[in-house]
Amino acid sequence: MTLALAGSEAAARLDKSLAAGIAGLNPDSLLVKSEFLFDIAAFLKDEPGLNFNYLVHITAIDYCDYFELVYHLVSLKHNHSLVIKTRCTDRKTPTIPSVVSLWRGAELQEREIFDLMGINFEGHPNMKRIFLWEGFQGHPLRKDFTDGS
Amino acid sequence: MMQFAPQELLWSGNFWLHLLLFAGMIITFILLMVMFFIWYERRLIGRFQVRLGPNRAGPFGLLQPVADVLKILTKEDIVPSKGDKIVFWLAPIIALAPVFMMFAVIPLQGNALLVDLNIGILYIIAVSSVASIGIFMAGWGSYNKYSLIGAMRDVAQLISYEIPLVLSIVGVVLIAGSLSLNDIVEAQTVPFILLQPLGFLIFFIGSLAEINRTPFDLVEADSEIVAGYNIEYSGMKFATFFLMEYAEALTSSAIITTLFLGGWKGPFLPPFLWFIIKVIAVFSLIVWVRSTIPRFRIDQVMAFAWKFLLPLALINLLLTSMQVVFFQEASSLVIIISSLVIMAALILIWSKFFRLGGNSTGL
Amino acid sequence: MALKTELFVINLGPLHPSTHGVFRMLATMDGEVIVELEPVFGYLHRGIEKLAENRTYKQNIPFTDRMDYIASMSNELSYVMAVEKLAGIQVPERAEYLRVIMAELQRIASHLIAVGSLANDLGAFQTPFLYMFRERERILDLFDMVCGQRLLYNYMRFGGVSHDIPDEFLPALKKLLKHFPGFIAEYDQLLADNEILLARTKGIGVLPKKLAISSSASGPVLRASGVKWDIRKADPYSVYDRFDFDIPTGSAGDCYDRYRVRIAEMYQSIRILNQAIEQLPSGNVLNKVPLRFRPPVGEAFAHIEAPKGELGFYIVSDGSEKPYRFHVRSSILINLTALRDMIIGWKLADAIVTFGSIDICLGEVDR
Repeated sequence: MTLALAGSEAAARLDKSLAAGIAGLNPDSLLVKSEFLFDIAAFLKDEPGLNFNYLVHITAIDYCDYFELVYHLVSLKHNHSLVIKTRCTDRKTPTIPSVVSLWRGAELQEREIFDLMGINFEGHPNMKRIFLWEGFQGHPLRKDFTDGS
Repeated sequence: MMQFAPQELLWSGNFWLHLLLFAGMIITFILLMVMFFIWYERRLIGRFQVRLGPNRAGPFGLLQPVADVLKILTKEDIVPSKGDKIVFWLAPIIALAPVFMMFAVIPLQGNALLVDLNIGILYIIAVSSVASIGIFMAGWGSYNKYSLIGAMRDVAQLISYEIPLVLSIVGVVLIAGSLSLNDIVEAQTVPFILLQPLGFLIFFIGSLAEINRTPFDLVEADSEIVAGYNIEYSGMKFATFFLMEYAEALTSSAIITTLFLGGWKGPFLPPFLWFIIKVIAVFSLIVWVRSTIPRFRIDQVMAFAWKFLLPLALINLLLTSMQVVFFQEASSLVIIISSLVIMAALILIWSKFFRLGGNSTGL
Repeated sequence: MALKTELFVINLGPLHPSTHGVFRMLATMDGEVIVELEPVFGYLHRGIEKLAENRTYKQNIPFTDRMDYIASMSNELSYVMAVEKLAGIQVPERAEYLRVIMAELQRIASHLIAVGSLANDLGAFQTPFLYMFRERERILDLFDMVCGQRLLYNYMRFGGVSHDIPDEFLPALKKLLKHFPGFIAEYDQLLADNEILLARTKGIGVLPKKLAISSSASGPVLRASGVKWDIRKADPYSVYDRFDFDIPTGSAGDCYDRYRVRIAEMYQSIRILNQAIEQLPSGNVLNKVPLRFRPPVGEAFAHIEAPKGELGFYIVSDGSEKPYRFHVRSSILINLTALRDMIIGWKLADAIVTFGSIDICLGEVDR
C-alpha cells in the first residue's frame, strides 16, 4: 500500500531554510507558497529519506478567488506519496515556477494547464498551447470562461 | 552479338504478322492474369488472415477486379498543382511499358514467344531496371516528400539488389549454356531449382526487392510513408501503377518459372497450362511471404543485399563454375544432393556472421 | 566532394495510417534520419474535463468510456473508484470481484490490440493484427453478455456494477481462459522469433530507466525499462491484494521489451482471472446510492493500473450534484512525454515502431 504522508509529517522533515515556504498543513496535503515551490519540490525529490522521484500528476483548480495547483508525488523507492499544493491569486497573469527540470513528466501536463487554465509556468522549455489552436481566446477550464457567443 | 531470330515458329506465317498477333496475345494474357492475380491475392490473403476476402461481386467475387477498375476509372484525376506535370504524366507509362516488354522473350510454351533473342536474359535484366526510372519520376513529379522518400528508397534498393540478382542468373546461364530463355527451358531436364537451390533463393529474394513486395516494400511502406511514390496519383494514372505492380509480380513469377522451375515443361497437361500453374504457384509464394513477414528498414535492406546476398551469390557462382568445368559428367542426383547440402551449410554459416541488427544510426 | 544536403520537415499525421488516431508529429529529417521531432496534440480534443463539470456524477460514467475507447472498463473503474473515495461509498464484495474480472479481461483485450498494431506498424500487412482481433472478439462477446455493449460499456456504478453477470457468463469465461494461454503462446511463437521483428524492435526506441521514471512513464512502458512498479501491487485497490501474480519487467526499455512485457502481462491477467473466478462470492452487486447523488465537499484521487498505464481521476466536489473539477491523469499523454527522446537519431521507420510500441489511444491523450 502506498503510504500517503500527511502534510505535517512532510513539513517536519523539510529543511529549516524551507520552513518559511509552508503556507498551511492539511491532513492529506502540504500547502506551500508558490515562490518556494521549486525549492521545496527539489528538496523533496533529492532528500534520501523522502526521495519523491516520480511525479504522478499535476492539475490546477480554479476556485475563482485563486488557482490551486496540485502536485501528486510518489517515491518508487519508499512507496509513499505526498500531495503538495500551491496557490496563485493573480488572475490576469498567473505565474508558477515550472518543475520540468526536476520531473520531465511535468512537461506536457504544465502545457495542458497553461492551455486550459491559463497559468504560466516560468522556466518551462516550450510553453505553448497543447490541445487548442494558437490564437484561441481564453482558457476553457476557468470558471468564468465563455465561448464569446 | 544481337540476332533478331524468330526461328522455328510452331506455325508458319509472316514475320510481322507473328509480331503483331503475338504482341496482342501477350498483352491480353498479362491483363487477364493481372485481373486474376488481384482477385487471387486478395482471396488468398483473406485466407491467411482468417477472413473471407472479396466474395460479393460475381461468383466467388471473381468480378471484384472489374468493379475495382470501374471504381478507379471513374475517380477524379488529380494533378498536384506544384508538381512537375510532364514528369508526373509520363511516369506511369514509363513504369508500365518495360513490364510488358519483358514478356516478349518469355516462352509461354515451346518456342511460343514473341522473339527468341539469343541474349534474352540480358534483355530482361536491362529492361526491368527501366521501371524504377518511372517510379523515380513519379516520386519526383508529385512534389510530395513521402513520394520522394519512396522514390529514393526504390532507386537505392534496385541498385543493390540488381547485383545478386544478376549473379544468381549467371549460375543458371552457366549450366544451360545459353542466354536465350527458350534454350534455358529446353536445357532443364531437371528443373534448375534443384541444381541451383541457392541461386533460386537469391533470385527469389532479389525479385521480391525488385517488385517492391514485402519484406522489401519500403517504397510504398504504408505505415511509414503512406503510399510512397504513388501517393499523389489517382484515377487512370493510379490504375496504371496498380497494373504495373501486379504485372511486375506476374513477370517475376514467369521469369522464376522459366529459369528455375522448368518453364512450360511438365507431364500430361498442355505446356501453356503448366506454365500458368507454375506462375501461379510462384505468385502464391510471394503472397504468402507478403502476408506473414514484417518489413525491413532501409539500412537493413541494404545490408542484407551487400553483406548477405552478394557474397552468397559470388560463392554460388564459383561453385557452379567449378561444377560445370570439372564435374560435368557427374550424375544429376549427386549434384542435387551436394547443392542442397552446400546451400544449407552456407546459409547456416552466413547467418552466424550476419546480423540484421538494430543499432542506432548515430548522428 | 561532399554533396550539399538539406534538412527537410515531414508532417506525419494527423491523417496517417500509423498514428493510431489523429496524432501529428512534425519530424525534421536528414535523409531517412529524424533529427528533430515535435509531437502535436489536440485533434481529438473534446473538452471532456469541461463537459464533465456540467453533468452529474452519474452522467459522467459514459463519458469516461469515450476516453480510452480501447479499454473502457478500466476508465470506468478508475472514475467510480475516485467518486466512491470522495463520498465514502462501500462496494459489495461480489461487485469488487466482477470489477477485477472486467478490468483484467479489458487488459487482455487492450494488449492484444497493442501487440497486433505494433506488428502492423512493422509492416506485417495486417495478419497478426487480424489474429489478435479474432481473440479480442471473444472477450468483447463476454462484455456483450454482461452489459449488452461491445465497446462503450457503461457497466460500473457508484457502489458496484450495473448488473450481475448472467448464468452463461462464467462457463464462457472459463472456456476462454482454458484456451487463451495456447493462443497467446502461438502468436508469441509466430512473432517473437522472427528475425525481422527482432531486428526492427531490439535496441530500438530505448527509454532508459532514469528517463522513464523522470518522465512519469507508467504501465508497460515503465516496466519495460526495468522499473518494477505496478499500482496493483504498489497501491492495491479493489481486491487485488487477494491475488497472486507477478509483475513482468523488461531490462533494456526498447520496443521489443515493451512487446514482451505486454505478452507476459496477458498471462498474468489470466492467472488473476482464474483466481477471481475461484474466489467469486455470491451476494448483491450494487449498493444503493441516492438518485440525486451529492458527495460531500472535498477532493479525491484514485488511480488504477489501466492497460496502458496509471490512469487516475482527481475529482473536486463542492457539495453539488456536479463535480467542481474533473481531472484525468492520462496515462498515455504522460507516456508520450519522452517520445522525442526515444525517436531522435533514429530512422523514420523506427519512429513509427517506437510510437506504436507506446500503445496510444488518442481518445485519452486529447480527451
